[in-house]
Amino acid sequence: MPMSNNFASEIRNFIACNFLYGREQIFGDSDSFLNEGIIDSTGVLQLVSFLEETYGITVEDEELHPDNLDSIKNVTAYLARKLSSEEEGNVAELQTTMQGGNA
Amino acid sequence: MSASSSVSAGSVSARAISADLLRIDAARETEKITSRLREIVFNQLKRKGAVVGVSGGIDSTVVAFLCARALGKERVLILLMPEADSSPDSLRLGRAVADALGTRPVLEDISPILKGARCYERRDAAIREVVPEYSAGYKSKIVLPNMVEADRYAIFSVVVESPDGKQKKVRLSLNAYLGIVAATNFKQRTRKMIEYYYADLMQYAVAGTPNRLEYDQGFFVKNGDGAADFKPIAHVYKSQVYQLAEYLGVPQEIRNRPSTTDTYSLEQSQEEFYFSLPLEKMDLCLYGKNNGIAAAEIALAADLDEKEIERAYKMIDSKRAVARYLRAAPALIEEVHGL
Repeated sequence: MPMSNNFASEIRNFIACNFLYGREQIFGDSDSFLNEGIIDSTGVLQLVSFLEETYGITVEDEELHPDNLDSIKNVTAYLARKLSSEEEGNVAELQTTMQGGNA
Repeated sequence: MSASSSVSAGSVSARAISADLLRIDAARETEKITSRLREIVFNQLKRKGAVVGVSGGIDSTVVAFLCARALGKERVLILLMPEADSSPDSLRLGRAVADALGTRPVLEDISPILKGARCYERRDAAIREVVPEYSAGYKSKIVLPNMVEADRYAIFSVVVESPDGKQKKVRLSLNAYLGIVAATNFKQRTRKMIEYYYADLMQYAVAGTPNRLEYDQGFFVKNGDGAADFKPIAHVYKSQVYQLAEYLGVPQEIRNRPSTTDTYSLEQSQEEFYFSLPLEKMDLCLYGKNNGIAAAEIALAADLDEKEIERAYKMIDSKRAVARYLRAAPALIEEVHGL
């Protein structure tokens, strides 16, 4: 299973446990959390805490907008971008350290 | 006559470019409110007068003036309830209101009650979750980003100021945000408790002071300033409250004072705490939305672009959704008959 499918199911599970309280609300991967009344802005804070704690990322202030966080699809894509850019950052940092060590 | 009843949605376009959209006949509106107030307080609620908590802001002052005009100044109790974080101006202006009405206010410093409830201690502990150095001598407030200039969430940050005057702003975690709000809500609830003490003592009714923008958008604390026996300006837009104030002879300094929450130790405007836009523009957006006016027309009147008005309309909807809980009466399992 591709990693983004894992993200999608983990995020869906988090939303169901924390905001649907057992309701059988069916929502698609592209449905807006805000428009569907699933999450309000306090809920977004809870989602951000979940993402930071579960995936070890830091959600920056300028990233706090619906394009990144307002649907399963948006969160999954944001998370994939975020993790790959952090990975690239780590590789670059490692290379710099190694070059520094060789000098 | 209120603007909302005098201007139909269909006839609005010719007037839409003018902020006069919210112009009212203040004399007639005053007559309507005071006549209803007498009916509500004396006949409907069967109370002998009204208790008004006065903060020195425009809304509570206008309510105090309306009550005095409707019921007689001797039947209005002006309560001044400062606490440790209140601006000294609030008390001074509250006294000015009582002076202007020719009544003697009652002063109740609520700081000891708040200390007993550990309001300040709990709030400071919540702030320390995101600003560990926050301690005695620091000041703080919480602020929202501007949600009209771009698509953003209403996520609060705390602004802290150290004793040497350095400020910093940190986004709040969920726990810190909830902790700060829950603790500071003691302030509005304590004031309401005192208001009902005097209401019980004197067989008076308690006035609520929200204007239409606040009432509609949930800018109040449930069972705090949201609790009251009557709310005489809940149908009046903020800009119209200023028109009533002028007509009623409210002191100029109060009419010129910027709207603040007077809840946090750093000065906090209502727009940075809740509304994102200057109140007169927010008023136009709410009026436009309520009357089905296209965003493009309100954009001209408010000197904003159409996209910003569309965001403001969306923000109004999302705040209304949250406000439903704040206004809701207690839910019952089934209807109770015979009451």
